[in-house]
Amino acid sequence: MSSTTEALPQPHRRDIAPAKLGGRGAPGHGGGGHGYATGHGEGGPASKRVIVGYGFWIFLLSDIVMFSCFFAAHAVLQTATAGGPSGRALFDPSRVAIETGCLLASSFTCGLSAVATEARSRLWTQLCLLVTGLLGFAFLTLEAKEFAGMVAAGNGPQRSAFLSSFFAVVGCHGLHVSAGLLWLGTMMAQIYVKGFRPNIVRRLLCFNLFWHALDIIWVALFTIVYLVGEGR
Amino acid sequence: MTPAKEEINADDVAPGVMEAADHSIRDGIQGYLIGLALAIMLTVASFYIVHTPLIWGPGIPVALVVLAIAQIGVHLVFFLHITTAPDNTNNVLALAFGVLIVALVIGGSLWIMSHLNQNMLPMDQMTRMQR
Repeated sequence: MSSTTEALPQPHRRDIAPAKLGGRGAPGHGGGGHGYATGHGEGGPASKRVIVGYGFWIFLLSDIVMFSCFFAAHAVLQTATAGGPSGRALFDPSRVAIETGCLLASSFTCGLSAVATEARSRLWTQLCLLVTGLLGFAFLTLEAKEFAGMVAAGNGPQRSAFLSSFFAVVGCHGLHVSAGLLWLGTMMAQIYVKGFRPNIVRRLLCFNLFWHALDIIWVALFTIVYLVGEGR
Repeated sequence: MTPAKEEINADDVAPGVMEAADHSIRDGIQGYLIGLALAIMLTVASFYIVHTPLIWGPGIPVALVVLAIAQIGVHLVFFLHITTAPDNTNNVLALAFGVLIVALVIGGSLWIMSHLNQNMLPMDQMTRMQR
């Protein structure tokens, strides 16, 4: 991030053109920390929050790169149905629409929980996280039902290369959501027991980033897998 | 909401210690609301466009991809708070690298595999040759 050479022990020079340095008004990523840590060594090292967010962002990007491999496999195999059913016969657009709504709404409530955390309101943070978790659980239930119905109809992952790639990419996203739900539960317990300690707040920031990234992957997923697949 | 948000003097805070948020709750909620409204609009447009005669058939996938990229942009800005602020430069650079890799993996796979498909014998001829 910023060079740690000489500026560290000096008092923070907060009043050097603060308007120019930006970084405020952003509750999540990077903003809200020391706005004067510009990466030019002026304010000492960046705040821990900025660094933690950066590190977690790199993890998320690597996760997205992994997903892109699944997406590439699916895009290549989309027509390889081996005489089996194609997307048009399998997908139920209204179910996908409800799943999308659940995940988008959960992303929104997750963002509200971040606002509540900024305001240090335990009640609202917990409430928003609870709603986020319930919406995520509704999403997972719908997806599990869809998978169970497809497997029961003999259209499991072993039916065709198209269905293998479908179960791989959608299932991988579902696994991420399940892991996110577990993480959300532990975060709620940590807020309950420990309150808004700095490290807990940073973990909450990471959870927020994770959950929003899952929604981004779902956007790509419902577009490429479901909507484009339905047109075939 | 708790009214007593403790004021932290920036000069008293060592690097690495959390700073109290200096923006109001309303601004935060407003940002998420704008993001939600834009995302809903783009999502509804995507679901609507699939079965509409409004767009030339083969153009629909392209329109869907464009809408998805727009929505991903909305999520990045309003939910993940990727900004142009100086302390966000590293995040933006990492994102640019990620986008490059994703484009190479997906675009490259599709490109190569479509060429291979063109050069392949049709499946029935291939099985005939293997006999």
